[in-house]
Amino acid sequence: MGIKVNTKPFGEIEINELQIIDFPEGILGFDFIKKFIIMDAEDEGSPFKWMQAFDEKDLAFVIIRPLDFMEEYELVIAQNDLDTVKSDNIDELLVFAIVTIPENPKKMTANLQGPIIINPVKRIGKQAISLSDRYTVRHNILDEMKKHTKAGG
Amino acid sequence: MLVLARRLNESIMIGDEIEVVVIDIKGDQVKLGIKAPRKITVHRKEIYQEIKQENIAAISSDFDPNTLRDLSDLFKKDKK
Repeated sequence: MGIKVNTKPFGEIEINELQIIDFPEGILGFDFIKKFIIMDAEDEGSPFKWMQAFDEKDLAFVIIRPLDFMEEYELVIAQNDLDTVKSDNIDELLVFAIVTIPENPKKMTANLQGPIIINPVKRIGKQAISLSDRYTVRHNILDEMKKHTKAGG
Repeated sequence: MLVLARRLNESIMIGDEIEVVVIDIKGDQVKLGIKAPRKITVHRKEIYQEIKQENIAAISSDFDPNTLRDLSDLFKKDKK
């Protein structure tokens, strides 16, 4: 049976409970939100997804998988972050970056300093902290994409 | 706050498992080495602040959810 949720992008929708991810620690600045729903964007083939707070309609983040705009990405995080999502295998995790979309959307950036990691089996998530010094809180997404179309072409 | 004076190569213990060593001092910069079990995470304090601010920036964006489709199209165009 579906669960009704108020969402920022789609209004009230019915979701499957398998779409609900527990965030025992919330995320930085929003530690009071302990459950998020991951929803696909409306149009098929979009690289974006929504990370909607379960109880707060207006709190919805746009997220993207790093490999959808970068050729190469490496998740480097502490053991403690793996422990929170109850995983012992970093390769099984889903990884997303929160996207910040400014007034000029072409300048949108992805936060790779604080990647969202999700254990898809246990449905537990966390905002990890990257230990790699290659990643910052603002990577220009379109610039990154240009880099790899150049390299690929 | 507990304040301790330490010299180069001296250290402090936090509990039984965490050791902080003064590795280098140059001008106003101090290099610290931290020995801690893997379950303890150590980050610069600014990192937390930066991520928090970026989360708030992401959520405060005035962008209209309906325009996400236009942004998705940028990807299709750029894909070979």
